[in-house]
Amino acid sequence: MNWPILSVVTFLPLLGALLVALLVRGNERLARGTARWVALWATLVTFAISLVMVWRFDVGSPEFQYVEKYNWLGIASYHMGVDGISLPFVILTTALMPICILASWTAIQTRVKEYMIAFLVLETLMIGTFSALDLVLFYLFFEGGLIPMFLIIGVWGGPRRVYASFKFFLYTLLGSVLMLLAIMAMYWEAGTTDIAALLRHGFPVGLQKWAWLAFFASFAVKLPMWPVHTWLPDAHVEAPTAGSVILAAILLKMGGYGFLRFSLPMFPAASHEFAPLIFTLSVVAIVYTSLVALVQEDVKKLIAYSSVAHMGFVTMGIFAATAQGVAGGIFQMISHGIVSGALFLCVGVVYDRMHTREIEAYGGLVNRMPLYAFVFMVFTLANVGLPGTSGFIGEFLALIGTFKVNIPVATLATLGVILSAAYALWLYGRMIFGKLKPSLEGIRDIGWRECVIFAPLVALTILFGVAPKPVLDISAASVAQLLENYNHAIAAAKTAALTAQ
Amino acid sequence: MNQAPTLLELAPLLPELVLVCGAMLMLMTGVVIGERSSAMVNAWCVVVLVLAGIALAWVPQGSHAMFGGSFLVDAYARFLKMLTLVGSAGALLLSLDYLTLERQQKFEYGALILLATLGMLMLISASDLIALYLGLELMSLPLYVIAASNRESAKSTEAGLKYFVLGALSSGMLLYGASLIYGFTGTVNFAGIAKATQSGAGIGLIFGLVFLLVGFCFKISAVPFHMWTPDVYEGAPTPVTAFFAAAPKVAAIAIFARATVVAFPGIIQQWQQIVVFVSIASMALGAFAAIGQRNFKRLMAYSSIGHMGYALVGLAAGTPEGVQGVLVYMSIYVAMTLGTFAVILAMRRDGKLVEDIGDLAGLARTHPTMAFFLGALLFSLAGIPPLAGFFAKFYVFLAAIKAGLFTLAVIGVITSVIGAYYYLAIVKIMYFDEPVRGFQRMPLLLGLILGVSGIANILFFAYPTPLLGAATVAAKSLF
Repeated sequence: MNWPILSVVTFLPLLGALLVALLVRGNERLARGTARWVALWATLVTFAISLVMVWRFDVGSPEFQYVEKYNWLGIASYHMGVDGISLPFVILTTALMPICILASWTAIQTRVKEYMIAFLVLETLMIGTFSALDLVLFYLFFEGGLIPMFLIIGVWGGPRRVYASFKFFLYTLLGSVLMLLAIMAMYWEAGTTDIAALLRHGFPVGLQKWAWLAFFASFAVKLPMWPVHTWLPDAHVEAPTAGSVILAAILLKMGGYGFLRFSLPMFPAASHEFAPLIFTLSVVAIVYTSLVALVQEDVKKLIAYSSVAHMGFVTMGIFAATAQGVAGGIFQMISHGIVSGALFLCVGVVYDRMHTREIEAYGGLVNRMPLYAFVFMVFTLANVGLPGTSGFIGEFLALIGTFKVNIPVATLATLGVILSAAYALWLYGRMIFGKLKPSLEGIRDIGWRECVIFAPLVALTILFGVAPKPVLDISAASVAQLLENYNHAIAAAKTAALTAQ
Repeated sequence: MNQAPTLLELAPLLPELVLVCGAMLMLMTGVVIGERSSAMVNAWCVVVLVLAGIALAWVPQGSHAMFGGSFLVDAYARFLKMLTLVGSAGALLLSLDYLTLERQQKFEYGALILLATLGMLMLISASDLIALYLGLELMSLPLYVIAASNRESAKSTEAGLKYFVLGALSSGMLLYGASLIYGFTGTVNFAGIAKATQSGAGIGLIFGLVFLLVGFCFKISAVPFHMWTPDVYEGAPTPVTAFFAAAPKVAAIAIFARATVVAFPGIIQQWQQIVVFVSIASMALGAFAAIGQRNFKRLMAYSSIGHMGYALVGLAAGTPEGVQGVLVYMSIYVAMTLGTFAVILAMRRDGKLVEDIGDLAGLARTHPTMAFFLGALLFSLAGIPPLAGFFAKFYVFLAAIKAGLFTLAVIGVITSVIGAYYYLAIVKIMYFDEPVRGFQRMPLLLGLILGVSGIANILFFAYPTPLLGAATVAAKSLF
């Protein structure tokens, strides 16, 4: 394999954006159509090539694959590569992008060209974030994503879009700049910003703690964890449908990915020490935000709060640092990427028709939209974590993994599963069943384009719920190595503490 | 030592010679032909700056000490001189259309810019206190005049007067400091001062050092000596503001770094705390005070105060990495500033320049390309990756972390988040708001400068090696 497949996957969307920017001319209608088709093809081709990566991926190896390394800044190099932890996220990104483009097909009517450019640039930055093997490069992609997302929320968003976009941008930036300083401190300590080298570098415990806190500041905001989650409901509510999908499905996962890629393996001693903090925040997130979700009157806000709760399972599983916990965390992120993305698409379907997100405005939709009711049901049940859907596997594994380490935390977190059933099913009942509201008499069921969007998501939700093995297998080797190194480091730290005594 | 140098020995001085001859020639042309030659003279002044740049590229490599060691041409000087020439030439190019449209073509304008640039080059090479003062005054006097160059405007006159009075005060302080330093060390030469302060310094010398630094801080408009900046930026004709923002700051920070690092390495703890304080104060004021500004030029004044604060973060480290950071920062800063001012100069409606940021409303729809580049520049000014401004901040903070200045670094990045707010506010006006009436067509020259600056900022990450390499070499020559 001589051609740099990973770079191609990363930068192909950018090329698409360039094409849209330079080639799309002519009258308004024509330009809109061309921009849409170019964007769709760019994302589809990217997805196809990324599938080649899965096909050629060596599942048994925990090493980075498709590695590319070129000299770049002197202190940092252009180093790309994926392992079992990052590959699923790359695929999640490439798979959801065509769906997002399709979901915006008719919903976005103004400044279509700019919209498509923003999404394609965002895709490049997201794939880059997951495949960068150099800290500076990672930071570049990680932070760069703020710009297109800021514009997507601000230009094509709802009535309070300005407030939401500023809050999103500044909140995330504030968390990340501290991480940047930690990256610099790590560079002076280890003499490199290469992730592969840093994973083998044992950092002194003092630096580990500070660096861990700095990375935590960034990823906790991104994920988001309670209590720094407040930007998320605003951003979700105001963003256009596809923006919400990307936000929930991929941008949030960058935080979890960051914990897995940096915090846990690079600062094991600090992770071990701060695990109770994470457990506490996770449990609060799971229980508290579920309760908050119960009282929401806006559909999108409800799903946004449920996202925060589900991300609580992710952090809990990851920092349990057991095989099941970490695997559960990864699986939960992938599953949540599909399910929450799909839920936002479901909201988008009715929003496109009725232009309101008030739960009160809906009721009895099953009478007019049977197909929609079915699709919405599948994702609602997956969101609840019903066995047989992908949502169950992730939560179950994360809970088992945590149970081995900390029983009270696992018990409290299980409460969240019950609460999620409460708010999700109640939402479903209020919107779909009951008497048909008079204003909804004329509402149409989902059309063929929407079927194309939902079919793969429904299929994957059920497939991963019944047969989760492919996803778990891809990451198994890398997770095993991560945990081996982690346990080794913890044991070494304990021995060191004992000898010191 | 008193022997007159031969012509060959003067070779490192070639750029300065080109400038001084060029300035005289332009002045004489203007006087002989009269007012109608003004447009041509000002355009030719750009050529003189370019020729000076070519001459600079020809200057033999290595370090050349001239005139008894008071004038030093090393890699550091070459790097910063090139940057100053780029800044001056860029600002002069920005002026050309403006001067014609506003009927302000005066041939003295170009000649004064050449003379000010000459002063900057001398300042950058200054290696003793006398050469320093000479360069500083040669730079400042033409600046006072061109600040007031629009004689009919009360604001411009006020700006010139204010700049002059405060500038004279700061020069006085700097001179006083220099005299104290001379008195306590017995030499004006930087290397000599370094030797005398090797093992610490008495209170008198530190007094002198503080006054010297006050003079520098005034020139780079660092807090608490920044008061003149917003008024002068707003009052002076816009291309003059662009020139103020781009070129003199480069020269002033160059001598700031050279004087502290070369002359006072022994008492770094003494000046480091001053630089750290000034840096924190500038970053904070730049971030907070700009939030309320509606006038774009005034906003750029506060933005430049903040940017000087970030550049000083690198200097505070006092290491080769730090100086390299300063050089990278200034280079990218000049590029961003010129591009932004190209937009400010293109904000023209019904033949009149408008300066309110509200006038940019909906620019993304009326002038998409202009909005795109300005947006990129604003994100770059805010320091968001992958734009050039991020790398500028990256290198100064990298040096600060190595030097153990954690508090400075943490405060610095937090102010950069606060500062991001007002850059975002402009992006918001351009992209989120409903469009108002568009501007007149952007003159080709302005468009060119905006395009070059915008593309350089966007694509810097793809090929950063030349700038980084040159900055590393330049920074090493100071140590």
